[in-house]
Amino acid sequence: MADSQVLTDTAAVTGPFGRRPKPIFSRRNIMLYGTLIVIAVYYLLPLYVMVVTSLKGMPEIRLGNIFAPPVEITFEPWVKAWSEACTGLNCDGLSRGFWNSVRITVPSVIISIAIASVNGYALANWRFRGSEVFFTILIFGSFIPYQVMIYPIVIVLREIGVYGSLTGLVIVHTIFGMPILTLLFRNYFVSVPEELFKAARVDGAGFWGIYFQIMLPMSLPIFVVAIILQITGIWNDFLFGVVYTKPDTYPMTVQLNNIVNSVQGVKEYNVNMAATIITGLVPLTVYFLSGKLFVRGIAAGAVKG
Amino acid sequence: MEPSISIKNLALSFGNLKVLKDLNLEVGQGEFLVLLGSSGCGKSTLLNCIAGLLDITDGQIFIGGRNVTWEEPSQRGIGMVFQSYALYPQMTVAGNLSFGLKNAGLPKAEIEDRVNRAAKILQIEPLLKRKPAALSGGQRQRAAIGRALVRDVNVFLFDEPLSNLDAKLRADLRVEIKQLHQQLQNTMIYVTHDQIEAMTLADRIAIMRGGQILQLDTPHEIYNKPTSKYVADFIGSPTMNFFDGAIEGGDQLRFTTGDLSFTLEGYEFDAGTPAPGTAWFGIRPEHMLSGADAENAPIRMNGQVNLVEPLGSDTLARVTAEGHALWIRLDGQAAIASGDSIAIGFDPARANLFDKTTENRL
Repeated sequence: MADSQVLTDTAAVTGPFGRRPKPIFSRRNIMLYGTLIVIAVYYLLPLYVMVVTSLKGMPEIRLGNIFAPPVEITFEPWVKAWSEACTGLNCDGLSRGFWNSVRITVPSVIISIAIASVNGYALANWRFRGSEVFFTILIFGSFIPYQVMIYPIVIVLREIGVYGSLTGLVIVHTIFGMPILTLLFRNYFVSVPEELFKAARVDGAGFWGIYFQIMLPMSLPIFVVAIILQITGIWNDFLFGVVYTKPDTYPMTVQLNNIVNSVQGVKEYNVNMAATIITGLVPLTVYFLSGKLFVRGIAAGAVKG
Repeated sequence: MEPSISIKNLALSFGNLKVLKDLNLEVGQGEFLVLLGSSGCGKSTLLNCIAGLLDITDGQIFIGGRNVTWEEPSQRGIGMVFQSYALYPQMTVAGNLSFGLKNAGLPKAEIEDRVNRAAKILQIEPLLKRKPAALSGGQRQRAAIGRALVRDVNVFLFDEPLSNLDAKLRADLRVEIKQLHQQLQNTMIYVTHDQIEAMTLADRIAIMRGGQILQLDTPHEIYNKPTSKYVADFIGSPTMNFFDGAIEGGDQLRFTTGDLSFTLEGYEFDAGTPAPGTAWFGIRPEHMLSGADAENAPIRMNGQVNLVEPLGSDTLARVTAEGHALWIRLDGQAAIASGDSIAIGFDPARANLFDKTTENRL
């Protein structure tokens, strides 16, 4: 009895107490950070090669040391990619495609989000007869492969006289963004407490009043998510761009492809790399600027659905 | 006097599911009516129908003598308070209060006047500039009541407004709502599943079950003369003790359950002397006597205490007697422990008898 008393006493004094120590170089940390670093390097290496190559002159590239930093830094490939590279008959570089892409992306993003948010709001809060059927059809739309619709859309655009123009492409992007965006907004608005909507109705707000004054100010995160999804999706789109426009109105991605894949003359790797980075810059910037909001919005939209 | 709210043959169904069935209800001017029932009984649905937030399938609703059956919620002359407060998160308290008035197109001075008056009544003046996120639960609920108050309407609808608050705050706000009602003297319909709220607040309670009103009466009548076994069982905590047995005729009616048989002397039957047959005999825990009091009771038995729940103000004991498990309410100072033997008794005059098949009061 006395022995055990002593034993517990010493255990209390010498045994573990307070915060548990956390060594920095534990097996767990080495495994965790080791894996993360390897993966990060794996994904960053191509970007590094692109940046390095784009800053080299052609003679230096021909030496073949693709991982070596440039001995002589030159920005000429960037200038050339932006304003001089030839695609077909036009030799004004990517700048033309860049502005085309801006003219395609901005209206597509605004129109698709404006319509989809109202769609989602109506489907979530103003259930009408057949609204569930309508929603199912809309969602089903997102499972139909694009390839099936390409040619019918060509005919439709031709018939309404916008085939080959930027307007036509904006219409296509708006329509194709509808299923996923409507789903996104509907699920977000469904998660907004129904009582809030009821309270607004008692307060005499109508369909648009509730949308603009109650729902819209509450759903900034989901709008950010939608904007990011649409900007990156439409900016990176190649298929619709190449099908529904003509050389004068090619978006940047199509033009990039034409520069990189041109079979005439010398392959200018540095110009290709610069052109690729310039094209990828817009989505990259969007992600960097809005990463946190993006994750928050995705999480908010995913809670209920 | 014309009733403030009158509901005629109201029915509501979602597809084949009948939520409300041929419901009739009249609420007097300035009356505080509580809709009470377990979840899924249709009490909130009924409130939403009155508010106009749900489209009804059949029947009529009159508010202030006006047929509002097809009118929008904002035009019915009601204010509503929700369980989750439902304050607009991006607006200040003042913004929340004035939102409905702005929608109604009232002049600015009038809006400000009304908001200030409501804030004064509810003592939320210092909070007017704050957003709901910066308020405590009680303050939020007060702001939500304010939103109904500024509308200057004769009918207030409350949808379980205190359910999200902790016990102490709930008791405080309960008193405030009662005082508010005395001050404003307007009609209030209050939905709750909390029987203490119902008993304390109501002028009349409507007990609902399965989309119908089972009993509509004052709290006193509901408690003391429940018209059905369901109501008797629903109201009161701990619940009424029930004996499953039969009424036997003769020159003196007797109730027999198992080995126990006693006369029903003193019990006032609702509709004359009933025919012999199976029945429930119910008696509330506080009408069960024990110790010395039990000696004088018309019906006496001995029991064994199984469980004691001291509540401070009084003590509840679960007693097994003659094969029945019974709740007994004792004085808070009673010295009693699990395992004790105890003499218990009761008076049939305080009992409630229900027909076994119809479950209606006898």
